[in-house]
Amino acid sequence: MSEPRTLLAIDRVSKNFGRVTAVDGISLDIRENEFFALLGPSGCGKTTLLRMLAGFETPSDGRILLDGKDIARMPPNKRPVNLMFQSYALFPHMSVRANVSYGLEMERLPAKEIRARVDAILATTELVPFADRKPEQLSGGQKQRVALARALVKRPRLLLLDEPLGALDKKLRGAMQLELKRLQHEVGITFVIVTHDQEESLVMADRMAVLKDGKLLQCDTPHAVYEHPAERFVADFIGVMNFIPGKVSADGVVAANGARIAGKVPAALSSGAAAVASVRPERVRLFPSADTANRTTGTVEVLAYQGLDLQLHVRTPLSPKPFLVRVTADAADRRPVASGDQVELGWDAADVRIFAE
Amino acid sequence: MRYVPSRSSLLMAPALAWLAALMVVPCALVLALAFFRRGIYGGIDYTFTLENFGQVFDPLYAGIFLNSARIAGTATLIAVVIGYAAAYAIAAAPRRWQPVFLFFAVLPFWSNYLIRTYAWIVLLNREGLITQLLRWVGYTGEPPSMLYTEGAVIAGLVYNYLPFVILACYAPLSRLNPELAEASRDLGASAMTTFRRVILPLTVPGIAAGAVFVFVLSIGNFVTPALLGGGRFQMIGNLVYDQFLTANDWPFGAALAMALIAIMLLVLMAQAIAANRASGRIAEAEGNANG
Repeated sequence: MSEPRTLLAIDRVSKNFGRVTAVDGISLDIRENEFFALLGPSGCGKTTLLRMLAGFETPSDGRILLDGKDIARMPPNKRPVNLMFQSYALFPHMSVRANVSYGLEMERLPAKEIRARVDAILATTELVPFADRKPEQLSGGQKQRVALARALVKRPRLLLLDEPLGALDKKLRGAMQLELKRLQHEVGITFVIVTHDQEESLVMADRMAVLKDGKLLQCDTPHAVYEHPAERFVADFIGVMNFIPGKVSADGVVAANGARIAGKVPAALSSGAAAVASVRPERVRLFPSADTANRTTGTVEVLAYQGLDLQLHVRTPLSPKPFLVRVTADAADRRPVASGDQVELGWDAADVRIFAE
Repeated sequence: MRYVPSRSSLLMAPALAWLAALMVVPCALVLALAFFRRGIYGGIDYTFTLENFGQVFDPLYAGIFLNSARIAGTATLIAVVIGYAAAYAIAAAPRRWQPVFLFFAVLPFWSNYLIRTYAWIVLLNREGLITQLLRWVGYTGEPPSMLYTEGAVIAGLVYNYLPFVILACYAPLSRLNPELAEASRDLGASAMTTFRRVILPLTVPGIAAGAVFVFVLSIGNFVTPALLGGGRFQMIGNLVYDQFLTANDWPFGAALAMALIAIMLLVLMAQAIAANRASGRIAEAEGNANG
């Protein structure tokens, strides 16, 4: 496969509000037709970055290149970029059809074409039966689809989505995640979604950027970010992680109790430096085979049944916090454990990630 | 089932008594008065007649009604334009400054209406502040005659009732979800189109409420036309005043007053119906802001 074309290049963009730096020198390339997620805790600058892409904020520094053209100072109504607002921002005095037509009327297209395109997008988003309703007569999920239809009908080069699923309940959210991904595929438009929900970006995004305090920490595929977090913060923020504090040794980390955790030490860490070794709960095995590189024993404190799998909290001498272990329901059936049991845990050196403390 | 007054309806009793004693009863008395004849030497001749109402439609008096409506309408239009712009600016200001600006906008209210109107005489008379200002910048011609003109009356009305418009328009403007305007811009609308198609339609109830205030208070006003119009531009208020206190024709004055009240009620009803229709979509516009 040839290298995908870059659609949007964010080039050393910063934004200051007075003395506060909301976005601090971020560079990112977003590719044609990809589903890209901007992820981070609240206040990380992701919304400010999105608003700069939409044109509601002007960067204090840097360039935003869309198809190679700098749009950083272009007003929002001149950009081939549309934003789906977190509050949906549907016009309450207009019907669903009028809301969706609005953007095309602004382009001064012939009435016939507007009608055809609105009909098509209403069909795609399954809104035909609600075309004459006012926003107040719609459910949360329907409003969300209207907001999406209103933005998509413009056929933007880039669609920005600000926490698009935040207002929906959990079950509907799961369905809409897949729905959004299907739609994105169908319309062939590049999506950039802002979210604070790491699970959401893992499920939906082709690539994701993790932001913190206005800085870009890591930008990669969800798989790479999950399996090879660039920093301790990313490891902690994405998914669940067990951390074992200690000191760097030649081939791993020596925990506080003297136990040796084998793993690949990053080149930047010198021997003796404070560090944490980490391992994902699903990489930890109960009753490991004798040749497993890392082993410890502990006491099961809590057992949480989660349908597909079982989550155990195991008190070990390695870390002050209990160790989280995920076992498939299958494995748990073969060798049942109960709260209070002494268990042996083990994991491979290849599953250990080591970060500076 | 027997009606048992609840505690909350008891709380309403003083207000109802107040309304009955000072509003309903006097209005009923004035209404009754309108159906009698004028006594030959003033006073009232208690024989039933509809003549007074017929006289209201006499071209002379109907003309004064129309004139009043025109002056009140002009004042309303100007007050709405200025007031809406001011309310818009206040609503767009930083949150913590908004109460300060509103306070200043309403400040003139705390002084006496008469004093405020006299202040306009000081401003507008032939040797007043405006003329002096013109002289100071080098104007040497005749002082402009500004006082005792229809313009002066309109200026006085606009000035006095502007705070109503600002307050009435500020309420919906400040509660409007700012993302609605952004969404319109995002969809390709210019700032002007956004105002015309999104902001204005959603704040019309505020404009209507403010406009009704100004219109109703202006059309029945008699102090401002008396002081700033110099009696030359008679409005209904002056006419009613004249009938009761100068011409001593109480029944005709009462009929005029009733006609005036009828006009005001019609305007208020129209506004109430319009506001009721709009309330649904406004609730939605504000609900969006919390979403």
